[in-house]
Amino acid sequence: MNKKLKLLVGSMMVALAGTSQADINVGVTLSATGPAASLGIPEKNTFALMPTSIGGEKVNYIVLDDASDTTTAVKNTRKLLTEDKVDVIIGSTVTPNSLAMIDVVAEAETPMISMSAGAAIVEPVDARRRWVFKTPQNDIQMATAIVEHMTNNNIKTVGFVGFADAYGEGWFKEFAKIAEVRKLQVVANERYNRADTSVTGQVLKMMTAKPDAVLIAGSGTPAALPQKTLKEKGYKGAYYQTHGVANKDFLRVCGKDCEGTFLPAGPVLFADKLAESNPIRKVALEYVNKYEAAHGKGNVSTFGAHAWDAGILLQNAIPVALKKAKPGTKEFKAALRDALEGLKNVTVSHGVVNMSPQDHLGFDQRARVMVEIKDGGWKLVQ
Amino acid sequence: MDLQIALLLTQDGIVNGAIYALLALALVLVFAVTRVIFIPQGEFVAFGALTLASFQTAKVPGTLWLLIGMGAVISIIELLSSSRRRGGRRRLTFALGWNLAYPAALAVITLLAKPGDWPLALQVLLALALVVPLGPMIYRLVYQPLASASVLVLLIVSVAVHLALVGLGLLFFGAEGSRTPAFSEASFSLGDVTVTGQTLWVIGASLLLIVALYIFFERSLWGKALRATAINRVGAQLMGISTTQAGKLCFLLAAAIGAMSGILVAPITTIYYDTGFLVGLKGFVAAIVGGMISYPLAAAGAVLVGLLESFSSFWASAFKEVIVFTLIIPVLLWRSMTTHHVEEEEE
Repeated sequence: MNKKLKLLVGSMMVALAGTSQADINVGVTLSATGPAASLGIPEKNTFALMPTSIGGEKVNYIVLDDASDTTTAVKNTRKLLTEDKVDVIIGSTVTPNSLAMIDVVAEAETPMISMSAGAAIVEPVDARRRWVFKTPQNDIQMATAIVEHMTNNNIKTVGFVGFADAYGEGWFKEFAKIAEVRKLQVVANERYNRADTSVTGQVLKMMTAKPDAVLIAGSGTPAALPQKTLKEKGYKGAYYQTHGVANKDFLRVCGKDCEGTFLPAGPVLFADKLAESNPIRKVALEYVNKYEAAHGKGNVSTFGAHAWDAGILLQNAIPVALKKAKPGTKEFKAALRDALEGLKNVTVSHGVVNMSPQDHLGFDQRARVMVEIKDGGWKLVQ
Repeated sequence: MDLQIALLLTQDGIVNGAIYALLALALVLVFAVTRVIFIPQGEFVAFGALTLASFQTAKVPGTLWLLIGMGAVISIIELLSSSRRRGGRRRLTFALGWNLAYPAALAVITLLAKPGDWPLALQVLLALALVVPLGPMIYRLVYQPLASASVLVLLIVSVAVHLALVGLGLLFFGAEGSRTPAFSEASFSLGDVTVTGQTLWVIGASLLLIVALYIFFERSLWGKALRATAINRVGAQLMGISTTQAGKLCFLLAAAIGAMSGILVAPITTIYYDTGFLVGLKGFVAAIVGGMISYPLAAAGAVLVGLLESFSSFWASAFKEVIVFTLIIPVLLWRSMTTHHVEEEEE
């Protein structure tokens, strides 16, 4: 009996392995728990909405949680590559995790599409990064939009306050670089932690420098604290936030203190406000409607859209790769990489992608809009 | 830096210090009575504040389900253990009343009435009624079976409870933060400095709680029983003090202090599901200043931590946490040089 059972299980496993051989396996690692959970959860929800077949082949999404932790992200990647034999990796949610995964996928010669913002993930495209692509806009694109808006509005001095982590640091570097070129003076540079209960010290220090405007580089609801404190202490200048706050929780927490704040953002959230002729409108609305049908109105976020865009890239690249090799093989992975690099004029929910051997992001200025917070909602400017 | 800025920073430091002081007191209390280093203390801060915030967004707080769930588990345990023991009838009815009837009653109130429309004071009371009983329940479920384990085991268990509660917090309240309306919108000008009503509430309520704790420990029989247990567990037991009851009582107090501090700070700052840990950790630094035994020293340490934090965020904001947590090192050095090392008593 025991022997029979073993035989049965064995043959079933062979059968299972046989069926999964022809399928395309997409390995996903994202941060559904831990500090980046507010980004990772909508991404996770998005994978459930993705098509289950591409180019006539069945697609399996194997989604793992890395708890916003770098070591776990690398472990997940290795597991997906060796145990699940995936053809492509999508992930992770945050930049440090994605950076750590590059070596692993390059070694396994498997293409990877990151959902995190850091430019260093795909720049410069070298021997390792030739396997790596990403969907979110670079900080520098967003920073340029802010600096442009500031100089157009006659702002000469800026105070900066950001997260005391890679997000704040990265933003400061990009912002200071462009600000210098455009003759914008950064007069204060402060840091605070996401979980801080008070930023009075930083705010007072900034106010003694009397900047024309402040830029707050934080993501989600924690970015509301400096703005509320600045308002409370009577700061009268202009307020700028980054695209990290483009969700409705931020509006809920910041309330009337955020009226008149400017921020750059990906177009997906404002899809219904885009011109009818804009190709992004249709793609973005499709995602928004799908997501809201499953998870309730107003719950869509830019982060889930980055995951959706990774899906769109695959839907365009996989049919090309299928012509060259069978899924599950080394050749297929290489063909998929080449196909991703060759994508031209692919409209995603965040913009239009034109990949090249030097550019594994492929966005132009269509990938961002300037937004003002007005009457407790978003309003497009320009 | 001019005088006005110094005053504003001091004010900010004292407000935060007041919250750290409350948490430090709770930590010292729990450690003295049960030898548990109560890392989940901070979670009560988040749970209290976010439960209140859930009422205001017309959501059912997940803490209600936690209360019902833990109550049910405890009831099962009590039923099983009382069937093996005779004469536990009264105890059993009492336990079932608290662990089944009480959560059920609260569930009816929370689900049927709309707490979001109530006056703020009543909402606060309901939030406390939901969160505070979690303290003794955690003690009953987790720590009571381990009451005589070593401090290290209890610490490891605390870490586990902390991780479990943070995970539940994320599940209940989501990753984004919340704020609650202020108790009072009033604000006063003292010279150049504006003082908001909420600041006074925080400082006032903290002082009041500290005084109330003092009176409780000095004047009431229960307070004296807790003190006796803290000084000598075996001795207290021989005098007829139930260490289990003492443990439950001090977890009740710790939970109440934690939830209350959360409700007090929620209008000043944004609270997230994991805010409590960092706040609790700073209370812990303060408690260490007090050597985990002295209440006044812990309170003074808390104000020191608050001030240090607010001034260092002005001068070197990027290194604020480093500066605050580095405070532990000289304090530990000083303490280890001034006090004699006592071997932990084995029971």
